[in-house]
Amino acid sequence: MRLNPFSRELSSADRVVPPTGFTANLTVLTAAAMAFLAVFALALSLASGRLADRWAYALARSATIRISAPPEQMEVQTRAVLDALATTPGVKSYRPLEDDEMRDLLDPWFGPDLPVEDLPLPQLVELVETAQGIDAEGLRLRLAAEAPGAVLDDHTRWRRPLVAAADKLRWLGWLSLVLIGGAMAGMITLAAQAALAANGQVIRTLRLVGAQDAFIARAFVRRFTQRGFVGAALGTGLGMGAVALLPAADAAGGFLTGLGFTGTGWLWPLALPVLAAVVAYGATRAAALRMLKGIR
Amino acid sequence: MIELQDVAVGYGGTELLAEMSLKLVPGSFHFLTGPSGAGKTTFLKLCYAELLPSSGFLGLYGQDARTMSRDDIAQMRQRIGVVHQDCQFLDHLSVAENVALPLTVAGKPIDGRELVELLSWVGLKAQMNALPPQLSGGERQRAALARAIIMSPEVIVADEPTGNLDWEMSLRLLNLLVELNKMGKTVVIATHDLNLIRQAKAQVSARVLRIANRRLQLAGADL
Repeated sequence: MRLNPFSRELSSADRVVPPTGFTANLTVLTAAAMAFLAVFALALSLASGRLADRWAYALARSATIRISAPPEQMEVQTRAVLDALATTPGVKSYRPLEDDEMRDLLDPWFGPDLPVEDLPLPQLVELVETAQGIDAEGLRLRLAAEAPGAVLDDHTRWRRPLVAAADKLRWLGWLSLVLIGGAMAGMITLAAQAALAANGQVIRTLRLVGAQDAFIARAFVRRFTQRGFVGAALGTGLGMGAVALLPAADAAGGFLTGLGFTGTGWLWPLALPVLAAVVAYGATRAAALRMLKGIR
Repeated sequence: MIELQDVAVGYGGTELLAEMSLKLVPGSFHFLTGPSGAGKTTFLKLCYAELLPSSGFLGLYGQDARTMSRDDIAQMRQRIGVVHQDCQFLDHLSVAENVALPLTVAGKPIDGRELVELLSWVGLKAQMNALPPQLSGGERQRAALARAIIMSPEVIVADEPTGNLDWEMSLRLLNLLVELNKMGKTVVIATHDLNLIRQAKAQVSARVLRIANRRLQLAGADL
């Protein structure tokens, strides 16, 4: 249907540039693909963050004392350890692990029928620290004196690299998001430049009738911003659907099954179409103004 | 409104025009003649600052064109109507939308009745919803003229506007330009058609400028 020449649409800046199917499709497709990848990068980053926080928080406040002693001394040394803990500042609670708990710990390696009570296993004592924490070195010295078979393991040795790895993974996720945004900006810039070059005659005509840079740029910028938003919305929708189909978090599966979003984390990807629109706006505006500088 | 003082213009180290001095006074009518390739189009491009002088002073409405920003030049073009020989249009927009384009880019409201009056004046009312590729050569020239004057500019610059038209259509276009000049507009027409110039001289007081040997000269005798 033809436009009514007197309609309000006649004065719209949008219509001065003819629709270009190729660049339109390219931009929507690029934005969709990038948003799809960004959803996964975001999921990775958030999951890594959760993991790092969990490890850092849960393990930082707990420690284990392992008592290895001949069977006849085990009870005496255990009692000595418990007495020492009772008077150690920074200890919130402590308890020796029961046989059932020991069985659960060993179950993944030896199966459920392990006769724990007949094996010369060390006695484990779990302690939870207060917010101030314990003086680990002081406690080690005291245990060495009062229960020579007791060894304090405050998990620091293996906790630190895990937390560091999870933290790095989180930052890698964010870095991926930045790179994806940069790649999208680059691709949209190329598409915008192609559209600008294809419409060189239109731009020259607009210049001839007195169009300023801002007017001409606006006609392109609005289109590419819309395309970036629509494409990213599609990609985000698909990405969120794919993440939702991932297996739910479960202890046996470890990190990989906890890769999805949780709770309000599902709101984060909704920001991606807006970010894509902002990226498309900036990239197209910069490309348009740069090109217009060369046309008098 | 348009003033050249000892203007030279070059491209790629080659001087195309030199020592040009001229002052276009309001309400004047000028023809610009000269052989093909003499620099008529180059001269006209100076008039609406599509080209800038390599030396000399080019004043557009009192401003030195060489110190004007691109946006200043764009605004200045809203005061100079340009009709090109090849009539550049936006082919996806209707004739009415193309004619109203200067208003659109200036962010000014479009009065539908005035637009129809203008299209009627140039004889294109029936084609207002047509697309530019559907127009004949003469219709395109008239549409370009309508677009050039819709902002009511003080100056109208036309580059070989009748170059592709038959005599009857050329006269029709010339009459429109003469009519505009009688309304007080300054008109500059580049043409090598002496018959057209003679025809105009019968209706209006026109001066003839000639470009030869890279110089702008006032023709010795009125035609």
